[in-house]
Amino acid sequence: MVTDAQVGHIGGSFSSAEILTSLYFYIMRVDPANPNWPDRDRFILSKGHGASLLYSTLAERGFFPVEKLSTFGKLGSILQVHPDRTKVPGVEASTGALGQGLSIGIGMALAAKLDKKDYHTYVVLGDGETQEGQIWEAAMFASHSKVDNLTAILDYNNVQLMGNVPEIMQIKPVKEKWNSFGWNTIEIDGHDFKQIIGAANSAKMKKEVPTIIIARTTKGKGVSFMQNTCEWHGKVPSEGEYKKAIRELEE
Amino acid sequence: MVAMRDAFGKALLELGSLNKKVVVLDADLASSTRATFFAQKFPDRFFQVGIAEQNMVGIAAGLASCGKIPFVTSFAVFVTKRAADQVSISVAYSRFNVKLVGAYTGLFNGSTGASHMAVEDIAIMRAIPGIIVIDPADAEEMRQAVMKISEYNGPVYLRETRDEWPDIFDASYNFTIGKSTTVMDGEDATIIACGVMTSESIKAAEILKKDKINARVVNMSTIKPIDSDMIIECASKTGAIVVAENHNIYGGLGSAVAEVLGENIPTPMLRIGIRDVLGEAGNNRELLEKYNMSAEHIAKAVKRVMDMRKTLR
Repeated sequence: MVTDAQVGHIGGSFSSAEILTSLYFYIMRVDPANPNWPDRDRFILSKGHGASLLYSTLAERGFFPVEKLSTFGKLGSILQVHPDRTKVPGVEASTGALGQGLSIGIGMALAAKLDKKDYHTYVVLGDGETQEGQIWEAAMFASHSKVDNLTAILDYNNVQLMGNVPEIMQIKPVKEKWNSFGWNTIEIDGHDFKQIIGAANSAKMKKEVPTIIIARTTKGKGVSFMQNTCEWHGKVPSEGEYKKAIRELEE
Repeated sequence: MVAMRDAFGKALLELGSLNKKVVVLDADLASSTRATFFAQKFPDRFFQVGIAEQNMVGIAAGLASCGKIPFVTSFAVFVTKRAADQVSISVAYSRFNVKLVGAYTGLFNGSTGASHMAVEDIAIMRAIPGIIVIDPADAEEMRQAVMKISEYNGPVYLRETRDEWPDIFDASYNFTIGKSTTVMDGEDATIIACGVMTSESIKAAEILKKDKINARVVNMSTIKPIDSDMIIECASKTGAIVVAENHNIYGGLGSAVAEVLGENIPTPMLRIGIRDVLGEAGNNRELLEKYNMSAEHIAKAVKRVMDMRKTLR
C-alpha cells in the first residue's frame, strides 16, 4: 500500500497491528455488513497516521473489498492518508490532527449511557500524541464523569517523528500520570494477543473509572531495519526494502 | 426588548422539551450564555466539561456521531479560536451534526474587554468548509434560528450577543437558513446588516428619511451560505451598498457581500464594522460611537456611497 502510493506511515502501523487485529477479530462487537449498526462497539484511531493499518484491518474484517487497499493515498480514493469517516465504511472519526480522538470517544461513550446501550468505545492513542494538551482535558473529564464504558489503548512504541519520545518530550511516568488523572491502568506487551485480549476484558469489567491499557510496543515491529527507528515513522520503502520487509514478515 | 442571551437560553430550553436528542455542553460559562435554563430543566442532557473547550468540541462530535444534537456553548472567542482545530477536524471535516454557539460576539458585551470580544469569529468560521454561519438580529430571530438549526443536519455556528437590542421581528416572521429579509424598503441605497447592527441600520434609515433618502435595509442573518440573489437584487435596484456588522471589517459580512458584488455586479460599497482593532471595555452606546458604528455613522456612510455612485456614473 505505502510503497505503491509512495506515502504513508509504516512504523506506527506495525506497532499497533496486534492491537487492532485483537480488537476487530476478538474483542469488538461489529457487523461489517452493517457499519452503522447502532449497537456496534466504537473504535477510534486517534493516531490517524496509522491509517494504512486501520484500512487493512477493516478490509480483512469485511468492511470493504481488500482490492480497495491498492488505491490508498491516490487521487479520488476513499482511503486518505489519514482516515476520513465520511468516505470509509467502519471509520468512526476523521483523525490525523493528533490529540482529538479521546474526546470524540468520550462523546460516544456518553451517548451510550444516555441511550442505555451497552456498546463499548475503544480509542488507540499514540505515545507522542499524549504530548497534546487536549488528551489531558479528556483524561480529566473521563474520570470525573465516570466514563467506564470507554477503554483507551496507548501504543507506547517510544518513537515519534523526529526521534525517541524521551528526547523529543518525555511522557514518563506514564502509568503514574494516568493513575493520578483517576484512570485504571493496565500494562501489557502490545504484541501479545493473549495479553491484549485479557486486558480489554478486564478493562470492560472495571466500573466507575475509565481504563487505559498501556501497551509496550515496537515501532516497525517485525522488520529488522524498521524497528525502533524514527526514520520509518513516515518513510516509504524502496522496492528492495519492500521485498526484504515482506520476506522478514513472512518468516 | 429581550437580552439576546436570554432569548437564546429560552429558545434552547424550549427546544429541549421538543427534541430529546438535543444535548448541551458548557465550559463553565452557562450562567453567562444562559445555557443554565436548559441545564436546570434537563440535567441529564447537560454536560459540564470544565474550562476545556477543545475537549468540549470533541465530546460534542462523539455525541453527534451517535445521533445526538449537541449545542456547544461558550464565548465566541473560545469556541472559534481556542478550539478552532477541533471545530475544523473533529466537527466540520467529519460532517458531524454539532451546533456551535459563540456568545459575547463583537464589541457590545458590556464590560468585558478585548480578550472576551470576538471580532474575528465570523471570518474563522466562514473559512472552514461546510459550516453554516448565522448572526441573529433580535430575540425572535434568535428563537427561530435555534429551532431551525436543530432541524438542519450539519455543523452550524450561531452568534450570540449579551445585551438587550430592539425587537425587529414578531412571531409572523419566518427565519430560513440562507435567506435574508428586507426589513425596510427603499430605492436610493441598501444597508445590508446582520446581528445587532440590523436595528442600528434601521435607525440609520430613519435618520436618512429626514434628508429625503430612502434606504433599503436588509437583514442578512445567514452569512454563510450568503444570499447572493438578494445582494445582486439590491445592487441592481439601488446601485449603492453599505454593510454593517459587529465584527472586523476583514472576513465578515462586508467581505462576503463584496465577494458577491465583485464577482457578479461591481457596485460601490462601504463597510461599517470594527476596523481591524481589538475591543475594549465600555457601555454599548459608548462603544458604538467610539468605533464609528452607530446609526449616525451608518447614515453618513450611505450618503458617502451615494456620492461614490455619482462619481462613477
